Amino acid sequence: MIPKDCRYTKEHEWVRLDGDGHVKIGITDFAQDQLGDIVFIELPEPGAKLTQHQPFGTLEAVKTVSDLYSPVDGEVAEANQAVQEDPGVINKAPYEDGWLLRAKIEDTAQLDNLLTPEQYEEQIKEMEG
Amino acid sequence: MKSRDLRLIYDRSAPGHEGYRLPDLDVPEQPLDRILPKEALRAEPPLLPEVSEPEVVRHYIRLSTLNHHVDKDTYPLGSCTMKYNPKLNEDLCRLPGLAGIHPMAPEELAQGLLGLLHRFTGELAEIVGMDTVSLHPAAGAQGELLGIRLIRQYHDHRRNKKKTVIIPDSAHGTNPATARMVGYETVEVRSKEDGRLDLGALREVVNEETAGLMVTNPSTLGLFESEIAEASELLHSVDGLVYMDGANLNAMLGLTRPGDMGADMVHINLHKTFSTPHGGGGPGAGPLGIKAKLEPFLPVPVIVERDGRYLLDSDRPHSIGRLHPYVGNVGVILRAFAYIRSLGGDGLARISRGAILNANYLMKKIEEDYPVAKPGWCMHEFVSTLSWMRKQGVKNIDVAKRLLDHGVHAPTVSFPLIVPDCFMIEPTESESPTSLDRYAEILREIAREVREDPETVKSAPHRTPVRRLDEAGAARKLRVRWRPKPDGERGSND
Ligand SMILES: Cc1ncc(COP(=O)(O)O)c(C=O)c1O
Repeated sequence: MIPKDCRYTKEHEWVRLDGDGHVKIGITDFAQDQLGDIVFIELPEPGAKLTQHQPFGTLEAVKTVSDLYSPVDGEVAEANQAVQEDPGVINKAPYEDGWLLRAKIEDTAQLDNLLTPEQYEEQIKEMEG
Repeated sequence: MKSRDLRLIYDRSAPGHEGYRLPDLDVPEQPLDRILPKEALRAEPPLLPEVSEPEVVRHYIRLSTLNHHVDKDTYPLGSCTMKYNPKLNEDLCRLPGLAGIHPMAPEELAQGLLGLLHRFTGELAEIVGMDTVSLHPAAGAQGELLGIRLIRQYHDHRRNKKKTVIIPDSAHGTNPATARMVGYETVEVRSKEDGRLDLGALREVVNEETAGLMVTNPSTLGLFESEIAEASELLHSVDGLVYMDGANLNAMLGLTRPGDMGADMVHINLHKTFSTPHGGGGPGAGPLGIKAKLEPFLPVPVIVERDGRYLLDSDRPHSIGRLHPYVGNVGVILRAFAYIRSLGGDGLARISRGAILNANYLMKKIEEDYPVAKPGWCMHEFVSTLSWMRKQGVKNIDVAKRLLDHGVHAPTVSFPLIVPDCFMIEPTESESPTSLDRYAEILREIAREVREDPETVKSAPHRTPVRRLDEAGAARKLRVRWRPKPDGERGSND
């Protein structure tokens, strides 16, 4: 269920190396399931700066609005147009077509201080009790 | 299955049906184009439904029976305090001397009303332990907006360099939204394991840049913030102010007061605690109680008494200006006044005791199936977590929908955000032991269903006028306006 090729934040974002000093960022399946149907998303423009663990956008589900936290320092290269037009894609394919940002990162070593798939799985298990 | 008539008033229209006829003109007719500018005139008459008076009455009475409301059955929507609205309130606010006053009437023609509002201000201030109250805010959220604007004005006036407002993670979304609207950055503090404000964590984030703290007491978990006085002291040590979100005041009336806990201001949801109608986005009122040091900044006009006369004072150089076109939503305020006067001080304390007792009674009756997120005694509401049902493929929203099949309303779901799969239940003092027992029985019955027949719960509701609504679709593509089809006959909602 939890892709092995990603790193994770406590706030349920994933980040995956995407070649050429870039990463892709999205929210996890657990997050989309908790949120329920996502109806609106606000993402930064290309060129915007990302700071690790700082908010970069918001997600609106039927019942709640949540901040999105950046897993890394970097600069936005592209915001996924498809999810802005149809946020339901995030619910359907959070790790694939439902990615949110492609970003250029400064320091891939930053990924090392994020949760590993195993650690993230552990966190979810704890939350589910 | 009984078929439900869900036609719109437009669908009931029939040519020539009329419900009202204007009296014959008894003055000379004026050509419209001479008294109205051209752009204000329509080429064709508006497409209004043609219906007779009995058709209109039946239409809306029918709708009112399909709808759920507190006059019909239990409505335990957490954080919303959906208490019964006594009909006496309606009598008072309709007295011709009050209801008939034009909002622009000069002071000397409105002495009775102004006197009453002035008196109400004093009574509310006493209830919350503040020095005075502004009646202007038209909702709780606007009370927050006023409060944080007063904080800003206070700091600007003292040339304090402040940047941040601290807000616990259990807060209602309007708190951070308000702070941001006024131009502050928000700093979130995590709650302690028991759900309460973490004084240690608060100490770490309070500094010279702290403008204030927004704290809800009792919290949105239905818990009394037992270290609120220490938190207030901490804020005051850096000249920060304490904003108390008083949406949950229903647990406090006559028992304790925000002002005595060190809060500098508190908003009061009249449409919750003081029994004025609410829901459907109708008018509310969120008066703000404040300590004397904030009084110079209050919005104008302020009702003041001078030599036995009541005046609207707008000559206040440090005021933040206007917030409301008049002095608040007077019709709502009058209902709350009736409520307070008919209960008296003792009665108000009994209201809060009743609200607390009812919440704890219901919590104990259902906690086996609906485990409480933060165990212990609660105040006027409690938050359960329904995570065990996920194994059955059932979510809190499914249980909420299933409750509707039993003719009662569901609790609040998915708030506060820090509790997964939550169910926030606030029965209020309005429910009798019999109705609490029945609600508990329905909840236990649904929990049994979740174990034995989860499909029925997942596909609920089954007996309501409409089935499960497409909430995501409605939010993504909001269409609320009826438009006639080109042929002018039948319309569609868009
Ligand atoms: C804790 C809390 N604060 C603030 C508000 C905002 O009040 P209003 O809806 O009157 O704007 C609410 C409303 O539900 C609330 O529950």
